[in-house]
Amino acid sequence: MKKYQYVIIGGSIAAVAAIEGIRSVDGAGSILVIGEENHIAYGRPLISYYLLGETDLPRMDYRPADFYEKNKVECMLGVRAAAVHPEEKTVELVGGEKVGYEKLLAATGSRPFEPPMSGIERVKERFSFMTMDDMLALERALSPEKRVLIVGAGLIGLKCFEGIAARVKHTAIVDLAPRILPSILDETGAKMVQRVLEAHNAAFYLADSVAHFDEHKATLKSGREVEFDILVTAVGVRPNVELIKEAGGEVSRGIAVDEGGRTTLPDIFAAGDCAESFDITSGTKKILALLPNAYFQGHAAGVNMAGGEETLTNAAPFNSIGFFGTHVMTAGCYEGEAHIDKTQNTYKVLFVKDGVLNGFILVNLPERAGIYTMLLRKRIPLEETDFKALEAAPKWSALPKEMRRDFAREV
Amino acid sequence: MELYIRPDYEVVRNESRCIACRVCERQCANEVHTFDSETGLMRSDESKCVNCHRCVSLCPTHALKIVKTDDTYRENANWEAQTIHEVYRQANTGGVLLSSMGNPKPYPVFWDKLLINASQVTNPPIDPLREPMETKLYLGSRKVKIERGEDGLLKDTLPPQLKLSVPIMFSAMSYGSISYNAHESLARAAEELGTYYNTGEGGLHKDFYKYGKNTIVQVASGRFGVHKEYLEAAAAIEIKMGQGAKPGIGGHLPGAKITEDVSETRMIPKGIDAISPAPHHDIYSIEDLKQLVDSLKEATEYKKPIIVKIAAVHNAAAIASGIARSGADIIAIDGYRGGTGAAPTRIRDNVGIPIEMALAQIDSRLREEGIRDNVSLVVGGSVRSSADVVKAIALGADACYIGTAALLALGCHLCRSCHTGKCNWGIATQRPDLVKRLNPDLGYKRLVNLVSAWKHEIEEMMGGMGINSLEALRGNRLMLRGIGLTDTELKLLGVRYAGESL
Amino acid sequence: MKRIYVNEKWCLGCHLCEYECAYANSGIADMVRALKGKTIHPRVQVDEEGDIHFAVNCRHCTDPICVKSCISGALTKGEDGIVRIDQNKCVGCLTCVLVCPYGAVLPSPEGHAAMKCQLCTDNMMGEPNCVKHCPNGAIVLGERDAL
Repeated sequence: MKKYQYVIIGGSIAAVAAIEGIRSVDGAGSILVIGEENHIAYGRPLISYYLLGETDLPRMDYRPADFYEKNKVECMLGVRAAAVHPEEKTVELVGGEKVGYEKLLAATGSRPFEPPMSGIERVKERFSFMTMDDMLALERALSPEKRVLIVGAGLIGLKCFEGIAARVKHTAIVDLAPRILPSILDETGAKMVQRVLEAHNAAFYLADSVAHFDEHKATLKSGREVEFDILVTAVGVRPNVELIKEAGGEVSRGIAVDEGGRTTLPDIFAAGDCAESFDITSGTKKILALLPNAYFQGHAAGVNMAGGEETLTNAAPFNSIGFFGTHVMTAGCYEGEAHIDKTQNTYKVLFVKDGVLNGFILVNLPERAGIYTMLLRKRIPLEETDFKALEAAPKWSALPKEMRRDFAREV
Repeated sequence: MELYIRPDYEVVRNESRCIACRVCERQCANEVHTFDSETGLMRSDESKCVNCHRCVSLCPTHALKIVKTDDTYRENANWEAQTIHEVYRQANTGGVLLSSMGNPKPYPVFWDKLLINASQVTNPPIDPLREPMETKLYLGSRKVKIERGEDGLLKDTLPPQLKLSVPIMFSAMSYGSISYNAHESLARAAEELGTYYNTGEGGLHKDFYKYGKNTIVQVASGRFGVHKEYLEAAAAIEIKMGQGAKPGIGGHLPGAKITEDVSETRMIPKGIDAISPAPHHDIYSIEDLKQLVDSLKEATEYKKPIIVKIAAVHNAAAIASGIARSGADIIAIDGYRGGTGAAPTRIRDNVGIPIEMALAQIDSRLREEGIRDNVSLVVGGSVRSSADVVKAIALGADACYIGTAALLALGCHLCRSCHTGKCNWGIATQRPDLVKRLNPDLGYKRLVNLVSAWKHEIEEMMGGMGINSLEALRGNRLMLRGIGLTDTELKLLGVRYAGESL
Repeated sequence: MKRIYVNEKWCLGCHLCEYECAYANSGIADMVRALKGKTIHPRVQVDEEGDIHFAVNCRHCTDPICVKSCISGALTKGEDGIVRIDQNKCVGCLTCVLVCPYGAVLPSPEGHAAMKCQLCTDNMMGEPNCVKHCPNGAIVLGERDAL
């Protein structure tokens, strides 16, 4: 049996972050990556940009070609881990082979959630939109005369729509929620984005769901019927927690970890879309299935696995996403006093709770938005700032003098 | 009715170069430039322009220039446009005309009518890059008594001296008339150059006590900011009797310039005009002056030289003779082209005499009376270059004060609008947004550059004359020849005409 | 590493740095031709409110959150310490803009990518043009400890 200092199950963002975390402390310890997907890490959200023609396969690689070699990382790609045995510190692969570890990271990610839908088996051209392979399979099915039905008007479903909009006849989008992007937008913001999508030939069926599928037709609960050739399901994701759960690790929504990425099992860490974070804006533990968060968690876990010390203490949801040039940035939790500013093309809401900026929505106002994110993540008391000025635009000159002074020096 | 007066200058913008970056607009405290958002073009209102060249200097595409207007009245050599405008302005307002900086009138500049000698054949010139050249000097009285102690050895009875590594000091400019940053620049430059700057009559800001060993503090008729620590902090004390730009009158700092800091430094109320009287009310004779000199010496335990500064006026030589007998260590003479932060135009332009004449006469008079060693002579009032310094020393000066040249180094463009308090270069203003335009980190370096450059040039000129120390140049009028001067002028200056051999 | 620092005390809010930056990154040798009649998109921006002004550009953070957050791997921190963006890899999601605490990563005008200060290592200037042309020495390039 081969033994490694570090074994990482999963080969995506959290894994790469962990490798960089480990190597920032330990330049030599052996690292093994067990990746189920047959690719080295790629920017997963780029799959829609690929369809748009904004990127291509080589450019989608998350790190340069020599990354694994330079960091002395061994990769087993297209291999699935079947079980983790914490008592003997091994990972069992499908097929029975075992590898030993000193420190293990579960960066197993998530998978599309497929709720039971009546008649779905009759649909031949049926796709998810999570992985590069999903996307390439979908691309092969696209053609200008085809009609598409996307179930799910969340981030994945709508980014998929943006990618394919110009390559198919038209697209229908169904969602149970009464508005699009329900997890990140309020009604006003959702309406603005919806109009943009509709201008690109999307037909929305909101507050509705599919009651029954035929091969080329979906009958909705409302009784409306939608004809389609291609079905994309994007109703949500589920974290891959089974390996840790079966090994005896604590799992609630996702794999439970502390601020340093440690699970309840000895020498086993977890990071990325399979693991929970403590969201400082809502005060709850949840899965923040966002690429940057996967990196933060993965890096912290990597550093800690290698004996260093790094914690993630200010996790919060944030999203930056564009549709046909309309840009949506959101962060935090939409509770508290709302400060709203709306124009024809822009929309801004700042949510102030307990004297700090706790959430925001920005439509078509990307400039310097990171200053708002910084206020939110650092919990800066707004009474110390010139909030009127900040409301108008994010700027450091509205922050207290000491902060500005530190800013000048900080790196 | 107010008569419209055509501005003297026009702002010319090369539209093909202007990129409408609006830097000119942001940088003009006089609000000359505005952006017309409808046309996307910049506009300018020349009636507000003081021709300070801030916009011209900062324009990134060099799209701006300021030109003298070609609008003209019927030509009249007697009634020039400026003269006519002054009449109109006074008829409009009924007020005394105010001006700043030095006398701009086309009086003769005697520095430019003096030529410097060089060695040929019979005595060798000296290459200052290869041979030592002494530019160090001491200012103070050389009046020593020969006294022996009980051990039979000679006692050191030399009065206190100022040591200068170059014969150039920064002349008196008060905090109030110029900004904090201008003062800091001068103080730091003086420290680095091994010379002195002068507080003027505005007191010494608490932040600048640390530069005390390179500071000359002034005691003037208003006695602003004078107290024990102030006197003790300094290397020397200057009694200001008069100023070249406005002999015979006092000072007037408008209330707008008396900010919190200025008020604290001057020990006067904030926001209220600060008037320095024309005379010192306790000085009506040389004997009175002696009392103040003695008091200041007593107050500082005879450790610091006392300077008495006077404006160059008609009887300067006789007055200097009196001062040299008053116990003062140094006499500073300020010529009529010296600068000021504000003066009545008529005084600035019509009162006083050229520093060259005053210097030559004072030096001669003190020599004749055998009291030249009682004092050192420092001259100022438009010393514009190292050549002026060399000529001043050859005429009899020990060292020079520079004021205007120092301000130019700091960015001053001689727009002569100091009295408006809106100096776009951050020098003659107390408005915080304008003061910050002068970063002392840059300002002091420019001063150091200027004086260092002059020092090199002085060495070159001295070397050319075959002279290797300032001591040998001082009062050496044979090193000068006059050109375009009358017999009287030559006589007063004590120099021969160009071409006249020994 | 040498970074650009801005001293608020000396920043006049003249905005020259913005124009010098836009010029430096225009690829056009003549400033007038580069900027006349155009809306500029500089990588340094004067942050101002009332009497407070200071120019802001990328801090080239030791632990750059933009690099960590980049979804495409377009942002990297080089061995020279400079945080660079590969605009060819960038897809313009602007996550970096959303996370940069200084507001120093900016959407590029054509909308397909983000842009940021790269200390003029990627243009014809050879040295940071904002530093060179700051009229008051407010923008300086140097080691943090030397300041």
